[in-house]
Amino acid sequence: MIELENITKVYRMGKVEVPALRGISLSIAKGEMVAIIGASGSGKSTLLNIIGCLDRPTSGGYLFDGADVSQLNDNRLAGMRNKKFGFVFQEYNLLSRATALSNVELPLIYGGGGNRNKRAMEALEKVGLGARAKHKPTELSGGEQQRVAIARALVNNPALILADEPTGNLDSKTSAEIMSIFRQLNQEGITVVVVTHEADIASQSQRIIRLHDGEIISQ
Amino acid sequence: MKLIDFLVTALKSLSTNKLRSSLTMLGMVIGVGAVIGLMSVGRGAQAMVTSTFEELGTNAIYVIPSSPGAGVAGLGMGAPTLSLDDAEALANPAYVPSAVAVTPASTNYAEVIAGNESAVTSITGTTPEYQGVLNYSLASGQFISERNVSHRDTVAVLGDKVAEDLFGSDDPLGQKVKIKERRFTVIGVLEAKGGAFMGVSQDELLVVPITTFQTRLFTQRTAGGEDAVQSIIVQVASAEAIDGTIYDIENVLRQRHRLAADEENDFAVISQEQIVGMLQQVTGVFTIFLGAIAGISLLVAGIGIMNIMLVSVTERTREIGIRKAVGAKRRDILGQFLMEAAILSLTGGGIGIAGGWVMSRLISRIDIGGQAIPSVISPDIMILAISVSIFIGLVSGIYPALRAARLNPIDALHYG
Repeated sequence: MIELENITKVYRMGKVEVPALRGISLSIAKGEMVAIIGASGSGKSTLLNIIGCLDRPTSGGYLFDGADVSQLNDNRLAGMRNKKFGFVFQEYNLLSRATALSNVELPLIYGGGGNRNKRAMEALEKVGLGARAKHKPTELSGGEQQRVAIARALVNNPALILADEPTGNLDSKTSAEIMSIFRQLNQEGITVVVVTHEADIASQSQRIIRLHDGEIISQ
Repeated sequence: MKLIDFLVTALKSLSTNKLRSSLTMLGMVIGVGAVIGLMSVGRGAQAMVTSTFEELGTNAIYVIPSSPGAGVAGLGMGAPTLSLDDAEALANPAYVPSAVAVTPASTNYAEVIAGNESAVTSITGTTPEYQGVLNYSLASGQFISERNVSHRDTVAVLGDKVAEDLFGSDDPLGQKVKIKERRFTVIGVLEAKGGAFMGVSQDELLVVPITTFQTRLFTQRTAGGEDAVQSIIVQVASAEAIDGTIYDIENVLRQRHRLAADEENDFAVISQEQIVGMLQQVTGVFTIFLGAIAGISLLVAGIGIMNIMLVSVTERTREIGIRKAVGAKRRDILGQFLMEAAILSLTGGGIGIAGGWVMSRLISRIDIGGQAIPSVISPDIMILAISVSIFIGLVSGIYPALRAARLNPIDALHYG
């Protein structure tokens, strides 16, 4: 499903160039559950953002389902983010003044299609938060907020869920619950890529990709 | 993304920041309100000038002294050059055949005393023709007569407001009024006319025979020693006759004043149309001036909206990042911010129109010396104000919206 070929990413801080990724080549098959691990600064989040089309690589090739993503314009990338990917972030990244239901509905607004309310509600129920649909993020616990974020990632039936330290702000019990949701989704056929620096989280994946200083040291 | 989604999204984010949204709108309200209010007052003043002159009687030509070479500033300011004899000559059909009526008129201000009451009013010395030329009707008694003029009688005809000021509900007829220590007998009262001429109410006057005015109240002589008059009003039958009449009047007066061919007129002949034109020019400038002031406030309001939108883009960078991460395209973000700006400016503009309308109504109620400036709200002012507010709203919304739309999703997410 995903083919990365010699991907590099260089950040420019003024005149200094900071390489974040130095030639990543990687392929992820449909239905896999992959963990990307590494110390902070190893480039694992950058890699996830590039896979999810939130960021563009400095050089290298990226094929998604055989299509060359590096040639896509901004609108097509937005379409990919909307239809193909679902993101889950460490900081949840919910709209704080909107209800859980409105947050889940957000991708549907940009993606089109009818029955938005119903589909958003179904996604919330799937993560066990149907009863809290009208609550705002500030009225929800961290674990609940992350479940709203997962529902939002799910609502457009993505092929791939990308999670960046999804349990980083959660206690171990809640972390386990969140990870079990990801495993369940993976069993339903959705490809899941999780970035983490916690070994026990990574161990729940079928495959672990280890990054160090922008390079893959094992996979 | 559908229009309704843009609308709902924009309304939601505006309502989460009610105070900020309403303050922004307030700028627009004041700007548009000022434009509507001030422009309608300016238009009202223009309309008033026109209608006042229509009331004055149509097809009148005014002859007044003028200093040669002084241009408009010299009008009516020169030494007295017109005499009673000039007026009589103009009334002669052999000289000015198209003149229907000719009346000299001199005006000055003095205190008029009746019993314990007194009022400072304009006193006009004139002839019987004055009544017809200026369209005055009598409420009671009679106007001054030829006999009054030739006998220099101390008789007075009161304007409606003067009669009320001095006598209240009493009947002024036959009563005495004192002007400059002389007693005058009231022989008539004019019917109220309403309007005003150059800011002076047309009902605030007292009419005496021109001869009495000249000999007993305000003596003024021309350089040649004749009895002077301040103006001569010539009425013609139709508008078509005006140009010919002006030509005749100039010929007669130039001969009488013995002006050589290369000398300029020592008088000015102005048709009513010209006066209306001049005044409309003045009030037109006045209107533009008011509009410019109001326009500046509208501009400031627009800058206010732009400022708020820019602040809001910065504040909401993370929100923009979230929206982009879940699939918002550039045009979705652009549309949302433009919609917010449009809602702010349209709502503000709408309230401003209502406010401006109320303001112009209030202004038109203010009494200025017995009259008020009417307000005329015409659709073109409204359309102008609305389109300006939409334009400013969109222009001031576009830049922040473009900035928001261009943000890289991951940069926006990591902001702040």
